[in-house]
Amino acid sequence: MTVDLSVDFCGLRFENPFVLAAAPPTDGAEMVARGFEAGWAGAILKTTSVESEPVSLVYPMMIGMDLDGRRLAALENIDLISERHIDQVEKDVRALKREFPKKVVAASIMGAKKEHWEELVRRLEAAGVDLIECSFSCPHGMPERGMGSAVGQNPELTERTARWVKEAARRVPVVIKLTPQIADITAAAEAVKRSGADGVTAINTVKGLMGVDLDTFVPYPNVGGYSTYGGISGPAIKPVALRCVAEIARKVDLPISATGGVTTWRDAVEFLLLGARTVQVCTEVMRHGYRVVEDMVDGLSNYLEDKGFSGVGELIGKALPRVVEHSQLPREGRVRAHVDPERCIRCGVCYVACRDGGHQAIRFGADRLAQVDEEKCVGCGFCVTTCPVPDCLTLHSARAREGQAAS
Amino acid sequence: MSQQPTTDLSLPPQPAVAEAGRCLYCHDAPCVKGCPAGVNIPAFVRKVHSGNWRGAARVIREANVLGGSCARVCPTEELCEKECSLRLLGRPIPIGALQRLAWERGTAAERALAERMAWERAAGGGRGASAAAGKRAAVVGAGPAGLSAAWELHARGWDVIVYEASDRPGGQLSLTIPVHRLPREVVAAEIEAIVAAGVRLVTGVRVGVEVAADHLLAENDAVILAAGLGGSRPGGIAGEDRPGVISAEEFLASARQEDGRGLAGAAGEVAGKKVVVVGGGNTAMDAAVTAARANAARVMVVYRRTAREMPAWPREYRGALAAGAEFLWLTQPVAFEGKSKEGPVAKVRCVRMSLGAPDASGRPAPRPVPGSEFTLEADLVIMALGQGPNREVIRAFGLDADGAGRPMVDPAGRASKAKVFVAGDLANGGATVVQAVAEGKRAARTADGGQASQITLPRGRWGSDDR
Repeated sequence: MTVDLSVDFCGLRFENPFVLAAAPPTDGAEMVARGFEAGWAGAILKTTSVESEPVSLVYPMMIGMDLDGRRLAALENIDLISERHIDQVEKDVRALKREFPKKVVAASIMGAKKEHWEELVRRLEAAGVDLIECSFSCPHGMPERGMGSAVGQNPELTERTARWVKEAARRVPVVIKLTPQIADITAAAEAVKRSGADGVTAINTVKGLMGVDLDTFVPYPNVGGYSTYGGISGPAIKPVALRCVAEIARKVDLPISATGGVTTWRDAVEFLLLGARTVQVCTEVMRHGYRVVEDMVDGLSNYLEDKGFSGVGELIGKALPRVVEHSQLPREGRVRAHVDPERCIRCGVCYVACRDGGHQAIRFGADRLAQVDEEKCVGCGFCVTTCPVPDCLTLHSARAREGQAAS
Repeated sequence: MSQQPTTDLSLPPQPAVAEAGRCLYCHDAPCVKGCPAGVNIPAFVRKVHSGNWRGAARVIREANVLGGSCARVCPTEELCEKECSLRLLGRPIPIGALQRLAWERGTAAERALAERMAWERAAGGGRGASAAAGKRAAVVGAGPAGLSAAWELHARGWDVIVYEASDRPGGQLSLTIPVHRLPREVVAAEIEAIVAAGVRLVTGVRVGVEVAADHLLAENDAVILAAGLGGSRPGGIAGEDRPGVISAEEFLASARQEDGRGLAGAAGEVAGKKVVVVGGGNTAMDAAVTAARANAARVMVVYRRTAREMPAWPREYRGALAAGAEFLWLTQPVAFEGKSKEGPVAKVRCVRMSLGAPDASGRPAPRPVPGSEFTLEADLVIMALGQGPNREVIRAFGLDADGAGRPMVDPAGRASKAKVFVAGDLANGGATVVQAVAEGKRAARTADGGQASQITLPRGRWGSDDR
């Protein structure tokens, strides 16, 4: 049995949902060609600008965050848009379309004023680009000059700028890349909808400050003794991205390309289930190379087969009905924690967690077996997050008999 | 003292932090119960994880002043790591490797800090004036038990002098544990730190000879005997006094005397020779590895039972095999023969054994197989049949002893005479370094009347305190 991994996004056919995000891995035709050969369905060339736009980079521009020895739990960059201006990107588009006619070749653009946006659109269309993404969302460097997230954080500016681009585009769809640095991301998405643009990409990096060197007192990344805020990407931001995608999908009728913390096909499936149609990846590609798409495609395909789906389309938005407001959550059912004495390794981690982080509802006796006090347990679920043993601590409905999971 | 398997695991800091990050910080942590010295393992592992190296070393030192040596020689897979909850999920925390790193980095940071501050504050964690101030103790023997007892008493405000009979303090740490397992500078740094903190150490002085036992008893509020074991237990084998038949302790001690010019003594002359090691304990494995590393032509370990009954730890046995030693099981030497009546050993006459009903040790008793005698060629025979108690010290203090010559000791470390306490191999007949450390500490606490230590530590609620 084969499954159909192709998706439709803004009228374009992608052979699979996996797209290279506008970022260092798409900074030039030679690189993107290798990505296409590895199996990526599309690529958004790194954000470009008109030739007169200065791009003044600083080094170093990247810093990672480790978590318990795992490298790159998050990545911060203070990179800017590409140093390759539109004249070079036009050539990239032509070369890539010639060599890879079935792949989706998109370009990301950023302009300081209306004429720049219009010129970028016109030249890219002439070069044969399939789709244009507009960065309204870069959180560092560009906002100081009225660009990037300075636009995305203001729905009026978003609507006006998106309309310039959409009106300039005669042939290709226009997608706006949104920033999470906004109180209500759906307001920005609605502004995009009103502008007539075709879709959104959510989300760009989350503005952050990665850390401070305890010896020199200089925050990271250290650029000649100084630092600044940057854009955070990688696994750490996935929950923020998932929330943004779900909020937009539930409220705004626009196709969504999701990005933010996708490391494996599992992450991608989550985004699809919450309404995304394609999934963009950057940090994981930078870390482990274009080849990561192989398992993304393979894993997604196997998942669809295992679940009996015929294609990716059946996944899109399937989890959305399960996302409601807090006030709408069911309140009648009660759950209680339950420890499987066969699995318990007698570590007492849940005991300490409930004692100091919960309701003192777990007993830990001389036999070292954790036991839940059904009267005291409110079913908060925190202990479950701390248990090191799979399926040992679980939540059950209060009246269910042992062994029956809460529905 | 039997030898301990090496903890040859060493981890660079980044993987160590990752390993520390797996720790569950168990409530009432089982690993602590697996440590004879009672090191608060979750507390120091937390500090490894946070990069608080000096704090980690301090937590270790609170329970074990020889924490660096023990990190290298402790059979951690038989002790703390055996109890680790994560063993049930696969891989335990590599506690020994983390302790080694914590000790190395922590003591290095302490030394750096001590350049600006008094050593007292940096290493001792603020030992203050004590209620016990004015009390005096003599410790006999500067091995693990004696050093541990001295440190504990010093930390409780006692004035302590350690008397060491040899020229070199450290006991088995400096004498017989091979340098490939425990570099001498590790031990030297630990002893240096103890002396720098104010413990007085006198070497080359034999208690009972140069210093009278009665004098020590008269001048001190407590005397802690940690003199270790005496001579090797004889095997009762004909020709045992021939040249070329030496004790494992003598052989290993000579191997530790290397000073950049190669091995000294018997170990220095072993290259190209045929070596027979008699015994099946960890000391026998150490002797076999040391001889093999010194380029012996052949190293044959003969043991009267089989690998299954052998007291050596599996890791030590594997180490001996890896070093190239061969094993002859169910074999008992009956005579060491030379080319002349008084001449050096040239052959070992052996008899094959068979295993019968269990003996007092619970292991099958070996019995000679009639008519099965054969001979092995040997240029050097190393006897590793264990050591007996140090009888001179027991006699000098007039202590009651059992049939095997061991002093009678109560569970708190008290001997049969007031003010006298016994710890370490002298008390237990030979166990691990960390056991000796624990007994030294225990004897010191008993001597101090069970009062709480004056060492002030930030008591993190991580381990066994966590109730």
